[in-house]
Amino acid sequence: MNLAIDTTAAASADLVAIAGEHAVCDPRGVLYFPELSLLAVSDLHLEKGSSLARRGTLIPPYDTAATLGKLQLVMADYAPRIVISLGDSFHDGEGASRLHDDFRERLETLMAGRDWFWVAGNHDPDAPADLPGETVMELAVASLVFRHEPSKGQVAGEVAGHLHPCARIVQRGRSVRRRCFAGDGLRMIMPAFGAYTGSLNVLDRAYAGLFRRDSLIAYMMGKDRIFALPGAMLRPG
Amino acid sequence: MPGVARTRHDHFLFQFSLGLRPPPRYLWRVTAEPHLSEDNAAIHLPGPFVRWFAEKGWTPRAHQMELLARAQAGKSVLLIAPTGAGKTLAGFLPTLTELAERPKRKPGQARRGIHTLYISPLKALAVDIERNLGKPVAEIGLPVTIETRTGDTPAHKRQRQKLAPPDILLTTPEQLALLIAATDARRFFEDLRYVIFDELHSLVTSKRGHLLALGLARLRTYVPDLRAIGLSATVAEPDELRRWLVSQKPSHQAHENTVEGPAGFTSSQPSQPMAGLITVAGGAKPEISILESRERVPWAGHSARYAIPEIYEAIRRHKMTLLFVNTRSQAEMLFQELWRANEDALQIALHHGSLDVGQRRRVEKAMADNALRAIVATSTLDLGIDWGDVDLVVHVGAPKGASRLAQRIGRANHRMDEPSKAILIPANRFEVLECRAALDANYIGAQDTPPLLGGALDVLAQHILGTACAAPFDADVLYEEVTSAAPYAGLDRHTFDRVVGFVATGGYALKSYERYARIRRTNEGLWRVPHPRIAQQYRLNIGTIVEMPELNVRYVRQGTVAGYGGRVLGKVEEYFAETLRPGDNFLFAGKVLRFEGIRENECVVSNGGGKTQIIVPSYAGGKFPLSTYLADQVRGMLADPESWHALPEQVEDWLRLQKEKSVLPKRGDLLVETFPRADRHYMVAYPFEGRLAHQTLGMLLTRRLERANARPLGFVATDYSLAVWGLDDMGALFAAGRPSLDSLFDEDMLGDDLEAWLNDSWMLKRMFRTCAVIAGLIEKRFPGQEKTGRQVTVSADLIYDVLRSHEPDHILLQATRADAAAGLLDVSRLADMLSRIRGRIVHKDLEQISPLAVPIMLEIGKESVNGEANETLLMEAADLVEEAMGAGLAGGLR
Repeated sequence: MNLAIDTTAAASADLVAIAGEHAVCDPRGVLYFPELSLLAVSDLHLEKGSSLARRGTLIPPYDTAATLGKLQLVMADYAPRIVISLGDSFHDGEGASRLHDDFRERLETLMAGRDWFWVAGNHDPDAPADLPGETVMELAVASLVFRHEPSKGQVAGEVAGHLHPCARIVQRGRSVRRRCFAGDGLRMIMPAFGAYTGSLNVLDRAYAGLFRRDSLIAYMMGKDRIFALPGAMLRPG
Repeated sequence: MPGVARTRHDHFLFQFSLGLRPPPRYLWRVTAEPHLSEDNAAIHLPGPFVRWFAEKGWTPRAHQMELLARAQAGKSVLLIAPTGAGKTLAGFLPTLTELAERPKRKPGQARRGIHTLYISPLKALAVDIERNLGKPVAEIGLPVTIETRTGDTPAHKRQRQKLAPPDILLTTPEQLALLIAATDARRFFEDLRYVIFDELHSLVTSKRGHLLALGLARLRTYVPDLRAIGLSATVAEPDELRRWLVSQKPSHQAHENTVEGPAGFTSSQPSQPMAGLITVAGGAKPEISILESRERVPWAGHSARYAIPEIYEAIRRHKMTLLFVNTRSQAEMLFQELWRANEDALQIALHHGSLDVGQRRRVEKAMADNALRAIVATSTLDLGIDWGDVDLVVHVGAPKGASRLAQRIGRANHRMDEPSKAILIPANRFEVLECRAALDANYIGAQDTPPLLGGALDVLAQHILGTACAAPFDADVLYEEVTSAAPYAGLDRHTFDRVVGFVATGGYALKSYERYARIRRTNEGLWRVPHPRIAQQYRLNIGTIVEMPELNVRYVRQGTVAGYGGRVLGKVEEYFAETLRPGDNFLFAGKVLRFEGIRENECVVSNGGGKTQIIVPSYAGGKFPLSTYLADQVRGMLADPESWHALPEQVEDWLRLQKEKSVLPKRGDLLVETFPRADRHYMVAYPFEGRLAHQTLGMLLTRRLERANARPLGFVATDYSLAVWGLDDMGALFAAGRPSLDSLFDEDMLGDDLEAWLNDSWMLKRMFRTCAVIAGLIEKRFPGQEKTGRQVTVSADLIYDVLRSHEPDHILLQATRADAAAGLLDVSRLADMLSRIRGRIVHKDLEQISPLAVPIMLEIGKESVNGEANETLLMEAADLVEEAMGAGLAGGLR
């Protein structure tokens, strides 16, 4: 298949295939489908800071600012027509209503002029309060289906989040762990994008049965590029 | 004093601290203490004590009576005495005599509170004291109750202690913090008369000491005429400890204590409030030698493998040998090597902090029972507890500090008829110089301990929340109390208020957490905790010891990762376990173990062996830098060929050769050599300021060389020197003044360069995590659920990144940078060095490597520069894959 790729955007990114559709794996943690002008981002966990603050853990209230700032840069680079936020967009159900007015405005500016889909996640099953965009359980586009939690077994064309994948390698006796996209050519699990989100190793048992064993590739996020490493190179923990 | 009585009295003292052991010989020789004369009749020793001493044929020692007299006069006192001098009895005598004469409680009278609080750095020490104190108390027939309260004390006992407190409570700093954060704290401590700090020299040097100082200040608020008694080993700056013990507010005069004492008693200076001081001079000089090996002393390395046959021979010739090393990995290696040489199957044991507690207790017991011939140990054996019939101390590797050496050799001081004996085994040639310097230092009685640091702000934050948990507080009053504690005496009000703000709402410029505040101001202006849940969380997170994430090492049958059961051998740090592959062999607990895998928080291992390579774990902590004092001694020795005759011949030859081929720097100078080797250019500097300071210097120098386009490639640092290598001829650049050495080593590197480097450093992240946990920003534990190390690490790193980019001046980042500058990076030492060498840099441009440079050149390649090059490692791995599999896999379609 001949692809017309926006080279400026793809210069620092890797092109991957998901069940025949082609996407740019951006080292900042988003997937961009050039043919569809579609950008997918997962697990923003906005307002996680204030969510924890409610329980007395007063971590800095800047995560929403940091996450939106990063998202703004990505949007400016790709200018997608369609945006899918793949669930857990807010850390809890009241997150959207706690959103500071400044941040709400920034978010609405980002959303303006695009088709914006909030996929429901386990942290935010309902539509975010007072925000535009359409809330869906899942979304089918071309040969792909976007949903928050990966379904059991191997499903061709599924793009999901929820698990916050990371991968670890050991090189020269030293261990390097990074967030990653995890794919086997059939499905792709996206890394968490939010500033305060933790991660879970792709070799953890939570991923059991999701990938074709021999085809797993971890697209590990470097500072300005993706490092694609096959499952055999990865270490648990 | 008749000889017989003296002997018996020594015997008593010794028995008191050790159980039944022969008296230490050096106690006979204590001469510096004042003679107990009729003048001391003013000291009140109650009848039962006089009778008890008489029955035993003993006499109280002079420093014990002196301390009693001063305490009875209402003063606080610091007692400095060597191990085994009867410190503990001295510390408790004021308490016991007062309790002996206390009128009996009448029926219906209110129950009395704690009379004396004893605080030690180790749980084990508190338990030990309970046992040792119980005996005289029973024999004298004193109506005194003694109990311990530690992390191991069951909840029902703690509860009971609150309702029916013992007269003497033996506890740890963390337990004190818990007690003063309780709502009944004021009532609980209202009857307190004395607080005793054991091993004060080791308590005060850390954040633990800061928390404890704040606790002491609180106790003084409850009981203004409280007397504090500090017990300490010899220290360089006793005045620091003396100030620590008393309120730094000039209004408190109760503790001031100026004595026109006989020799051995120091009088205090009235300028800053200080506790009184009683010093008992040390015992006989031990017999210390440096091993004059028949073998060749290696240029570099830390294993001292060359000396194994000679060490083994020494063990054979002695009853019990204590072998000290500086790191746990050295301990494992030495233990393994000794057993390889152990033809006679002597009982040789291993003891270090990562081993399972049960295992350590067994070794300690075997030692006390004299069932062992040798013990290989690290600093875990350094503190407080005295041991069996050790007749030889072997120190493998340089001791890194003269005080540490003195304390370790003190372990062998308990034989009756021989002077204590110690052998130093230098592991390489620089260590020969260092051992020599240490030895000289010990003979001239020089001492060094790390300087006390200003009170940490994260600890203060913890204390402030604890204060609110106990009762609502007034900020003005609390500020006065906090600044009465020595570490916080210089704290300004603005910083204090910022810390209060941090405790309340996080102290962020973006004020979005007002409604979640952990403490709130009432209408009366008092700060209080709005919800009991906050106090509950606080109690679970108390303390200042934040461990590196560690995994249990569980020993199973080969191939059984999934199963359960098996013995726990100890703990390894997580980052080490993560670098292992199933099948790898590594050395731990004196065994060769085969790594099976990681299961939850456990590192599963089986019996190892075979011909594969064996890895020795390295541990993040436990490497002491060379002390400032010893460093100066070593520089002095290098500069003075007259002193070389005390060195082994091969080392002397080495220095002589250096003098011929290059130059030996004067004591205050810094030598910098440049030379080419293979296709690289090297610069080696010899500051002798310790590994930490050198590492920091290396980071900063490479940054500057990079800016000067000298294309540096890397550096390596040891305790003695620093080597930087690169593609350009640095010697020629320095000669041309591009840059000049003076500007390269200019002090201004500690400004922007340091700041810029620090912000990106993984070390700072690690320190931030510690500060964040101590300050209560992130929790050690939630009720009923323990977070694993990994989860804490991840979130702390993320928080650090976000906070740094959005509020770089936040108080917690300020605290983190202060910690980094003081601890990990040794910036103050580096600053002193840079100012010392200004205009005194000696550059020697050589055609080839110099003799002095050989040791550090051998280190190149052994040690990776640091954890910064992650990206490069990923690139390497990805390139490998690409090379092997073709571009198709790695790049997706490309």
